[in-house]
Amino acid sequence: MKAAVTAWRSGATAAGIALAVLLLAAVPPTRLAAQALRVPYQTFTLPNGLKVIVHEDHSVPIVTVNTWYHVGSSDERPGRTGFAHLFEHLMFMGSEHVPTGQFDQLLEAAGGDNNGSTTEDRTNYWENGPSSSLELMLYLDSDRMGFLLPEITPPKVDLQRGVVQNERRQSYENQPYGLAQENILQRLYPADHTYHWPVIGSMVDLNAASIEDVQQFSRTYYTPSNATMVVAGDVTLRQVRPLVERYFGGLARGPAVTRTPPPAVGLPADVYATLEDRVQLPRVYDTWHTVKGFAPDDAGLEVLGDILAEGKASRLYKRLVYELQIATQVAAFQDAGRIDGKFEIFATARPGHDLNELARVIDEEVRSLAESGPTPREVERVQNSIEAGFLGRMERVGSFGGKADQLNYYDYLVGTPDYFQRDLDRFRRVRPADVQRLARDYLLRAHRVVLSVVPAGHTELAATEGASR
Amino acid sequence: MIAPRSRLLVTAALLAALPSAALPAQEVDRSHPPTLPPPPTLRVPAVETATLPNGLELAVIEMHKVPVVDVTLLVGAGTVSDPDDLPGLATFTANMLQQGAGSRGALDIADEAAYLGASLNTGAGFDAATASLHVPKRRLGPALDLLADVVLRPTFPDTEIARQRDLRRAQILQQRDQPVAMANVAFAAIVFGATHPYGRPASGTETSTAALNRDRVLQFYQAYYRPNTTRMLVVGDVTLNEAKRLVAARFGGWARGEAPPPPTASAPAAAARSIYLVDKPGAAQSVVRIGQIGVSRATPDFFALEVLNTILGGSFTSRLNQNLRETHGYTYGANSQFAMRRLAGPFVASASIVTAKTDSALIEFMRELRRIRDEAVPQAELAKAKAYISLGLPAEFETTQGAARQFSNLLLYDLPLDYYGTYIPRINAVTAADVQRVARQYLDPDHFAIVVVGDRSKIEAGLQALHEGPIAYRDMWGQIAP
Repeated sequence: MKAAVTAWRSGATAAGIALAVLLLAAVPPTRLAAQALRVPYQTFTLPNGLKVIVHEDHSVPIVTVNTWYHVGSSDERPGRTGFAHLFEHLMFMGSEHVPTGQFDQLLEAAGGDNNGSTTEDRTNYWENGPSSSLELMLYLDSDRMGFLLPEITPPKVDLQRGVVQNERRQSYENQPYGLAQENILQRLYPADHTYHWPVIGSMVDLNAASIEDVQQFSRTYYTPSNATMVVAGDVTLRQVRPLVERYFGGLARGPAVTRTPPPAVGLPADVYATLEDRVQLPRVYDTWHTVKGFAPDDAGLEVLGDILAEGKASRLYKRLVYELQIATQVAAFQDAGRIDGKFEIFATARPGHDLNELARVIDEEVRSLAESGPTPREVERVQNSIEAGFLGRMERVGSFGGKADQLNYYDYLVGTPDYFQRDLDRFRRVRPADVQRLARDYLLRAHRVVLSVVPAGHTELAATEGASR
Repeated sequence: MIAPRSRLLVTAALLAALPSAALPAQEVDRSHPPTLPPPPTLRVPAVETATLPNGLELAVIEMHKVPVVDVTLLVGAGTVSDPDDLPGLATFTANMLQQGAGSRGALDIADEAAYLGASLNTGAGFDAATASLHVPKRRLGPALDLLADVVLRPTFPDTEIARQRDLRRAQILQQRDQPVAMANVAFAAIVFGATHPYGRPASGTETSTAALNRDRVLQFYQAYYRPNTTRMLVVGDVTLNEAKRLVAARFGGWARGEAPPPPTASAPAAAARSIYLVDKPGAAQSVVRIGQIGVSRATPDFFALEVLNTILGGSFTSRLNQNLRETHGYTYGANSQFAMRRLAGPFVASASIVTAKTDSALIEFMRELRRIRDEAVPQAELAKAKAYISLGLPAEFETTQGAARQFSNLLLYDLPLDYYGTYIPRINAVTAADVQRVARQYLDPDHFAIVVVGDRSKIEAGLQALHEGPIAYRDMWGQIAP
């Protein structure tokens, strides 16, 4: 991410919806799902391939421009991990007509803010500001889309390399358990799978990134035809379209992006690993391979995760933290991207308890769900919370996860920008028997990666094969 | 940790129609940025108020875009009211509200809130405890029932006290893994001293946690949780009358009580500038906190300080971030803030620095902190900061929770509810001379505490060579390290 803000995960539930909430007249008091979520939009595509989506929301006089480049860490090649994210940083370092530093200076002087983020699948950029700043945003975004390379010099690459390496130190290396995810990914995905490495990349690869890499990456991926731009807020199509045409119309179309299909993923056996870290308390991670975002079982797996560990009423929290008091925390979630997904459970032990104790209870609860399924109320509770989340995120047009970002998300993942209601419907359709089947097929009967993170010198606390399961 | 800034709700002022004839792309003049139309005009959102017979003050802001409601109770039961012998009691009590209330147990409360699609949170800040609710409109009634149980009828069962005490003990242990948390605790203790309410750790210590029990929690609750020390803010898809009716039915019977007044601690005299080193062997970065006691929210220099801090470390283009991140690449981000509370809170400049550059980064920190005192701010930089603050206001009021945050601040610090109506003119009135005056008045580099949490074996020699003051060795609580 460009600037230190709350980490953004391209999760399937991140949503922002608004407008046209149609309350039905007689809502039965026990049902939440009696309203349609709609985010009206208009769209046009420039001859150079840039797709533009306009959403009008006149409630507050602000505007947001949200651009998704359809490139992420999964487009990197081995030896250059972390490059997509480094490139994101370079996008703020000036372009041919916007000297270094002026991107931020001009926006702030117009009352605007901006940021960007990179995931496995995409890189996004947004500017938020008063509605009067729209043209400035388009000027700045078009200049860095069309005229970035003349301004990228080795010293600029070196500088942002340093910033990104500090981001890695701050958010991963200097964080307890911060290196767990990369240790899981490299065991869950084969080396030739593009989800094998983390978005942040490795220090060695970041050091290897060159100016030639920047040029090639830019020409391949940072083109109008590989981007979609949402303009949302207190603006109209009549106002937006001529400005977009003026600033972006002259930029050249890029080559078609081709990707080779990912190799098959499947663990032939459970994989156990232990990582020693500067932590006080050990933590165990169970990770299973599942399905990509919006696959038929994706929403059900999210519901399964919430039944297991969302809130104190969840099964694992209740057993591990509340009743047995052997853990300080527990989490479980489906984490699905554009090309693949995984399901993860992790739990941190309390002082005096080892990870086999925790692992045993996790297995009991997974087995219980796989054999007996959840209660209808458990499913409904989770669905109601998910729906409230959809509703809450309808309030904001800009930033990460606002309506504009969400329109881009749906457009890229499912090809329909206003997919809000249909996304919610996926969760509403989940039944207890579905959750039971998913717990059985994806967790109980499947192999997993079991990673123990333990205090340095205390490998005896790790989860061991056979001890618990 | 960019300083929180108050912002304004704005009407949907229609822009003058922009030129609609598209120029051919080739003719775009990119040699300079476009000239922007005038910014939209501002309209302050309406706040309505009512007071229940028991003294509970209610403020309501209608926002009907999305059918959700946000409710915040601000109770005069913040950590400033922690007894000297039991730091952490206020936050523990606030947390305990949810561990049993009315006829519900801890798990029932969590289950019910989730079933209603409600976010129910309780906690304690320095100057107030808060209980808040964010819920779809149609579940507002039952969600308020739950909130009322939690605030008015907590049961504090012994088993739950023991459970939460044990959990907190583990969490305090885990603070040792978090250099940012360590730096914040140590900085507060060093700047304010262990006896000042802002110097104590909000989550308590190992010792104080062990001493928590039902009697102390109940005593604290009964003393401080009263309607006449509470203000309630309702924002969202409701009207004043509707909110009044819903609230009166549930909170009208809450009995008044004489709560002890908030403490009036006097700030300790600042020590000469020193470096306080907290050793964190193997740390990849050094977490730096530089500052001293600043101002209270009642300061007459609020607006000048907002502009000062925006220039110094309150925005991406601020001097600290530009220097330490964009020029030198020492950090992922540097910032500063004046934390303004009922009593004078800290001024603090912060960053996480790559270990090998800890000393170089401190040189740049000190350079910027001195420069803003020594030189008048150039007009363009001043104008940018003022525009950033005033033109950014509407976004702060876009959501119910954003508006609630802004108005909670007014309620908490007894500021007039029409405060935002004059906000922008008061920002715009700040001059370069004002900025320099408040910089000289409130930034005193000779008395800064420089707290560094990092790998002593790798950074100590460099820190000594800086000659920015003697090095003192402290533990994560800010106490003298053995």
